Amino acid sequence: MIPSGFDYVAPTTLDDAVAALADAGEDAKVIAGGQSLMPVLRLRLNSPSTLVDLGRIAELRGVREDGDAIVVGAMTTHHDVITDPLVGRHATLLTDATQTVADPQIRHRGTFGGSLAHADPAGDLSAVAVALDATLTLVGPNGRRDIGAEDFFTDFFTTALEPDEILASVRIPKHTGWAAHYEKFHRVAQSWSMVAVAATVDVDDGGVIREAAVGLTNMAAVPVRARAVEQALVGQAADVEVIRAAAEHAAEGTDPMTDPNADAEYRTHLAKVLTRRAVVAAAGV
Amino acid sequence: MRVTITVDGTTYEDEVEPRTLLVHHLRNQLGKVGTVIGCDTSNCGACTVMMNGHSVKSCSVLAVQADGADVTTVEGLARDGELHPVQEAFRDNHGLQCGYCTPGMIMSTIDLLAQNPKPDEHAVREGLEGNLCRCTGYQNIVRAALDAAQRLQADESPRLERTESPQTRTDSSQTMQETGGAR
Amino acid sequence: MTATVEPSAAEHEVGKARIRKEDDHLITGRTKWTDNLVLPGMLHIGILRSPMAHARIAGIDAETARSMPGVVAVYTGADLAEEQGSLPNAWAITEDMKAPQAPSLAVDTVRFAGDAVAMVVARTAAEAQDATDAIDVDYEDLPVVLDLADAASDGSDLVHPDLGTNVSAVWTFDSAEAGTGTDVEDEIRNAEVVIERTFRQQRLIPAFMEPRSVVVDPTGTQITMWSATQVPHILKLMLAMTLGIPEHKLRVIAPDVGGGFGGKLQVCPEEVLALLAARRLGKPVKYTETRSESMQAAHHGRDQIQKLTLAARRDGTVTGLKVELLADMGAYLRLVTSGIPILGAFMFNGIYKFPAYHFACTNVFTNKAPTDAYRGAGRPEATFAIERIMDELATELDMDPLEVRAKNWIAHEEFPFDTVAGLTYDSGNYEAATAKAKELFDYDGLRREQAERRERGDTVQLGIGVSTFTEMCGLAPSRVLGSLSYGAGGWEHASVRMLPTGKVEVVTGSSAHGQGHETAFSQIVADRLGVPFEDVEVLHGDTQTSPRGLDTYGSRSLSVGGMAIVKAADRVIDKARPLAAHLMEASEDDLEFTGGQFTVKGTGASVGIADVALAVFAAHNLPDGAEPNLDSEATYDPDNFSFPHGTHLCAVEVDTETGFVTVRKYVCVDDIGTVVNPLIVEGQVHGGLAQGIAQALYEDAIYDESGTLLTGSFAEYLVPGAPDLPHFTTDRTETPATGNALGVKGVGEAGTIASTPAVVNSVIDAVRHLGVRDVEMPCSPMRVWKAIQAGQPTSTQGDVR
Repeated sequence: MIPSGFDYVAPTTLDDAVAALADAGEDAKVIAGGQSLMPVLRLRLNSPSTLVDLGRIAELRGVREDGDAIVVGAMTTHHDVITDPLVGRHATLLTDATQTVADPQIRHRGTFGGSLAHADPAGDLSAVAVALDATLTLVGPNGRRDIGAEDFFTDFFTTALEPDEILASVRIPKHTGWAAHYEKFHRVAQSWSMVAVAATVDVDDGGVIREAAVGLTNMAAVPVRARAVEQALVGQAADVEVIRAAAEHAAEGTDPMTDPNADAEYRTHLAKVLTRRAVVAAAGV
Repeated sequence: MRVTITVDGTTYEDEVEPRTLLVHHLRNQLGKVGTVIGCDTSNCGACTVMMNGHSVKSCSVLAVQADGADVTTVEGLARDGELHPVQEAFRDNHGLQCGYCTPGMIMSTIDLLAQNPKPDEHAVREGLEGNLCRCTGYQNIVRAALDAAQRLQADESPRLERTESPQTRTDSSQTMQETGGAR
Repeated sequence: MTATVEPSAAEHEVGKARIRKEDDHLITGRTKWTDNLVLPGMLHIGILRSPMAHARIAGIDAETARSMPGVVAVYTGADLAEEQGSLPNAWAITEDMKAPQAPSLAVDTVRFAGDAVAMVVARTAAEAQDATDAIDVDYEDLPVVLDLADAASDGSDLVHPDLGTNVSAVWTFDSAEAGTGTDVEDEIRNAEVVIERTFRQQRLIPAFMEPRSVVVDPTGTQITMWSATQVPHILKLMLAMTLGIPEHKLRVIAPDVGGGFGGKLQVCPEEVLALLAARRLGKPVKYTETRSESMQAAHHGRDQIQKLTLAARRDGTVTGLKVELLADMGAYLRLVTSGIPILGAFMFNGIYKFPAYHFACTNVFTNKAPTDAYRGAGRPEATFAIERIMDELATELDMDPLEVRAKNWIAHEEFPFDTVAGLTYDSGNYEAATAKAKELFDYDGLRREQAERRERGDTVQLGIGVSTFTEMCGLAPSRVLGSLSYGAGGWEHASVRMLPTGKVEVVTGSSAHGQGHETAFSQIVADRLGVPFEDVEVLHGDTQTSPRGLDTYGSRSLSVGGMAIVKAADRVIDKARPLAAHLMEASEDDLEFTGGQFTVKGTGASVGIADVALAVFAAHNLPDGAEPNLDSEATYDPDNFSFPHGTHLCAVEVDTETGFVTVRKYVCVDDIGTVVNPLIVEGQVHGGLAQGIAQALYEDAIYDESGTLLTGSFAEYLVPGAPDLPHFTTDRTETPATGNALGVKGVGEAGTIASTPAVVNSVIDAVRHLGVRDVEMPCSPMRVWKAIQAGQPTSTQGDVR
């Protein structure tokens, strides 16, 4: 299918993009890698008046180190995230989860920032951002503001982004030395996560879990941080029984939906099993 | 809008509507009908082409986004009348039946082998996850990809080496600092 | 004149794994898909489809659309009501079958979500789409009929109120009445064991990769239609009959066609609409559907509820089978919608010697997309049911599933065998195929591993599934189709043209769309005429080139179409023989023809068929009265179906914590008779397996309670990808069919028919010890997990064990 007609601008700086978005009015839409927006446009589920393409803004791409954090440009493609050494060293969980996103062709176009801004509850990277305590930098006509990942996601496909704001970058505190695993459960390779668990743990030399972070995909309208699980893990020996007991808390504070592939009861069950598996895999026990 | 796109070695300058998909531009404007459309949700991968050295689904790229890009389609693979080794492998291993998914499968296989020249069966299956085929059950496609890997190892001549365009590769640390990307 | 060389067996083309002739243009993108076509002044069609499953069209406002840029015309059902006719159904299965009017463009009522409501013709596809979106339709809700069982019951809301019922027809077969066996009710009464099961055949979407596309050119003296169809000949005839266009004024071309699987065995509303638009406007038009439109509006497959009652003795001998089907027609009867369950009616008894059999099918309308042929068409449904219930019998009697099958199957020395369903199976060797499959599979080893895992209480359990199937292929003997009230015959046509240079053009009435006809038919002709494989060109898919034909479906191309080619080639030889004798001044009776050479017995003098062809072209030196023409044609009508069979063994691992099923090993040994090209055969089996496994585990066309298709794109309808499918181990036994000279049986559907029950049986086998008796298809993780939960009264649901 062919999208409805729209105007198109492709600014080369972030400031120009913000200005273009403001000029274009409320029916404008920002396009990043087109991973989700292109099908939406083709199916005419959305007919924006103007597309503001961030694809030619060099400053929005790439990963850099910034003190105790790494900063991932919003327009960094999944492919570049996967192959980025900084991400691999300081945010293994992001590398691991991004490898499961879509397929190679889509990973060449789709971007980290685009995925977060789309805020699909089944999207794999939102839970990662939440688990890694990421801070998102939003830029609008009134300047820039930072917002924590847990506050960024507000509902199904809805974020704290104002219509005139652009997600510029994502700051991720270094999780150097943390082990990680993204446990994705879906029916076929191309289908969305029914439930997935993003787990990363810092285990000391004595095999004790110093810190743990667990994020859940598709267990509510927004990504959920499984804090009860984390609390049950921290300070404990990283062994299967401890993890099994901790994972029993996985569904606490979630609000899973029902669809033809999985009802709420099944999702609740899956969250526990997959959390156990994710943490076991991350801890390497 | 005016766009300049190099397709299979020829540079074309055309006027396009912003909403024109790259695949529609290739097929309708440039006559590159070897690249086909199989779905409207970016699932099937039949429209896969190489853009600036990377496989992309040309139904998920606007023609205006491809302005300045270098695109290779299935029609641009054969050189001097000689088939690309991946094309030969698909034919010799019966890696196609109706042939509709084949252009995309071949392009994805080329990308897969560029990134992983010696994949095992598992890696091939995972690497082709973005392409659907309804005829073959994938077995002979996998066989073709593994065979193509062997052929490419043996083939000295550079085939479709990855080209990194300035658009897709930048010195990221520098550009991020220029804008203070994450203050 | 050259010396004759007797070709050795190794030089025969038939049996060679020839690389396909078709491939060179497909791997280089030099393709001729319908959507590639551009004609001068061509217009584009957009179709507005109903979002409602059942509604009255109270009004259509197309004024805005008509005034939009590029729009040439907008048509509604009211505009075309007079000329569009009713889409054809060719199979009145009973005398009183209820067949509703089936307009291409809904006139006053829409009956499924996806029904076409209006058509826009514009200068570009984008403009057509824009205008389509601008049409405003006022719908008045009507009650939506979705549940198959409810629809069949008295007092249901009606899909077609004018018919007074949702039941289109009830069709029965009874072995006692037909004289093919005893009375099933007696057998059930007297049985030592009675097994009753109800299975659900979910609704599937054929999901050919090339969306349907049609181009119509009304200029010139004929109307020419290019369509992505499996059936150009049937389409031409049906368009003529439906629209009253003189048949000789129509030409239909199926260029490169990207898969069909039964899904393009149709006379589509879009084909009718494109033709009407082109005729009205006098301009070429094109319509290409989107994938979403295809999922919604192209016909679906399967969708049955199957109730089976099996009677047996405690020693495992089966004594009777009763089948009661409810079959979902969807909203209309398309080309062979009504007959699909009937194609299964003769197959429920499978390879087993049932003394008694009763089959009753109730065809029911619902407000869903029409169903029709999908790979296997009726036979997968039947095979699934019998192979599932044979496993249930084995369980009941504590027998190995292969043992209970062997006890009941037709022994190879018993062929030909008249079945209780009234067919005669010509040949088969179930023992040989099963023995080979067991060995390749390591059946005993996997059974041991299964026992160990159960013993250990492993969270991942192993299951082994069996399917020993047969199918009726080579549709079909015309007189049989006649006896079933089908509207056409089942013959196939071919012609063979000897060109002056010795090259050969073969014209076939079957219409390939991925099957490799050009290669396989070339191999057959190369052997028959003794010409090089490369010298044969196979032409098909154009009613002008190939004026007679019945197209491609039902695994018929080789066993029927191939035989027509053999007959035509033999006629070429027959015509050439007296001419060769004349050229060598020998007696016809002294000639033998081998390896492309006519040789005078005992002398070594010979003349090649190519030499004869050139002599015929020149026509300088022919016998008196001889016609200078070797070209020949033939029509072949089979006497019987062919009956491929095989043994498929599947091992799955079921993650009991999540319900996720992984196919670990799949072995199949198929007996499809003589093999023309093993490469093509293997490919057909692989693809068939993929589709059968997909039914078992993944695919399901789901409607919500309002009648909206929830699985309306590839994002929701789960066509498996490469990572989702296993490596298949395929092998063959070769028991030639006795019904045709080639000994071939057909392979297009075998994999699909056999694999679905093998997989589901293995899933249940993996978790049967946990109390699971059945899992509805597709065996999704949630269904399997819930079945395990339900089977285990002591477990607390939701807990991680």
